[in-house]
Amino acid sequence: MTLLTLETFFRITGLFLLGVAGRIASDRTHPARWGSAAFWAVLAVIFGAGKLLPPAVVGGLVVLLVILAAVRQVAPARAVESDPVQLERESNRLGNRLVGPVLLVPAVAVIGGFTLAGWQVGGVTLVEAKPVSQIALGLGCVAAVVWALRLTRERPVAALDEGGRLLQLISWTVILPQMLAALGGIFARAGVGEVIAQLVASALPVQFPLVAVLAYCTGMVIFTVLLGNAFAAFPIMTLGIGLPFIVQAHHGNPAIMGTLGMLAGYCGTLVTPMAANFNIVPMRLLELPGDFAVIRAQVPFALAIWIFNVAVMYACVYRF
Amino acid sequence: MIKLLGIVLVAVGFAFRVNTLLVVLAAGLTTGLLAGFSLTDLLAMIGQLFVDQRNLTLSVLLMLPVVGVLEKHGLQQRVAALIRGVRAATAGRVLWMYQMLRGVSSMFGLNLGNHASMVRPLIAPMAEAAKPGELAPADRVAIRAHAAAAENVGNFFSDDIVVAVAALLLIKGFFEAAGVEVSLRDLKLWGLPTAAWVLAVGWWRYARLDRRLAKKPVNEEPKP
Repeated sequence: MTLLTLETFFRITGLFLLGVAGRIASDRTHPARWGSAAFWAVLAVIFGAGKLLPPAVVGGLVVLLVILAAVRQVAPARAVESDPVQLERESNRLGNRLVGPVLLVPAVAVIGGFTLAGWQVGGVTLVEAKPVSQIALGLGCVAAVVWALRLTRERPVAALDEGGRLLQLISWTVILPQMLAALGGIFARAGVGEVIAQLVASALPVQFPLVAVLAYCTGMVIFTVLLGNAFAAFPIMTLGIGLPFIVQAHHGNPAIMGTLGMLAGYCGTLVTPMAANFNIVPMRLLELPGDFAVIRAQVPFALAIWIFNVAVMYACVYRF
Repeated sequence: MIKLLGIVLVAVGFAFRVNTLLVVLAAGLTTGLLAGFSLTDLLAMIGQLFVDQRNLTLSVLLMLPVVGVLEKHGLQQRVAALIRGVRAATAGRVLWMYQMLRGVSSMFGLNLGNHASMVRPLIAPMAEAAKPGELAPADRVAIRAHAAAAENVGNFFSDDIVVAVAALLLIKGFFEAAGVEVSLRDLKLWGLPTAAWVLAVGWWRYARLDRRLAKKPVNEEPKP
């Protein structure tokens, strides 16, 4: 038996979402009161009880979420302008203690990540072993919200209202990462990757060692851009181009190819809106206009890092 | 080839700014139906994958109440006041330091934080406050976008170099399944050059950001 699993934190998240939905439903001034409340309530069910429901039912609920967002029934609450004088006074009153709960999260995440795995009390495992760093982060968040509420003397409902305010800034974008992961999964099962790998391999003279490296690294980027996920691109490109051409035909070193190939794929993650959790959700969270400011800032990074990876791979993969 | 229609749909949808969720759902259903799955199968597939990937947003969602409550009581103002006390601080240096810290923690397979837990409450307000004087809206966008980039770049490129948890285990597992022998030590070793290079690239980008911010704003007033 395991005491703390990731599922525990999914339930807590479900309760938070349900609470936000309740607050929206009771807010008469909300511009899209019922649509928004329904959206967050349905998402709460998927987060809290997704594992217990039949997958097809969850799929239907997901379609409902998409429809609510597409017909513009999900909107943020009316913005309440906060008073700058009041904020400054609170900031001076509470001082550096305000930063404490924020720093507690990485502290618990780092220390917990090192120490939590493998504890047992009377045959009960305390913490699920595999995503231990995520569980540690979750523990940090829960501890931090308790600390923040005590520090500011807010009632717990403030966590729903203030958390809900930020949640509604992100709005429906919050489920985009999961939707894109689902799309990637469907692409994979439908064999889209193999088609692309064949196209790349047949269009390029991969019998030359340099072309093989270029094709592999370019393929990793293209495929990551399309799927938003380098982990999904890796097996397909490595089976389609990496192993047959770099390793088998030219006797390249698979460890060098694998590591640098994956890193080349990450350059694709930096430039694609399909990697929504890295490139789109932060835009909403930081209240940036449009969809592309983060990607624009990352394009030079991606280019410089990709060229370096290709150069190191070509210089080393056939030599070591 | 017909299987690629889903990808075309995504591209067209993004180009015409159709609701992204709708585009993604349509692309998924089209691709799945063309590959011969039934609608019920596809719904089940979407549901299963959606539930399996809840961890993608978990740490962001759990962090929102913490940040929200503290912001209501002046967290951003406090962080800004703190950084103004550090005379050597510039927006670029703050971001480079964060990218490095994020990179070092991810070398150990640890998660220091994300856009919700670190960038919005701490790193972005610090970087903004490190620039003296009034902040033009375009400069604010540039600083925040680079703060998000620092998080991503720090997170991605020094994965698992000391303690392997995700990417390198996936690579090793894949090669094992394909019958190719690789050692985890080699995989870790060959990640090092890029991890170092990424710090240099960050230095260049953030120095450029600082130079851009230091430029005097164009004087719009007509000369007498």
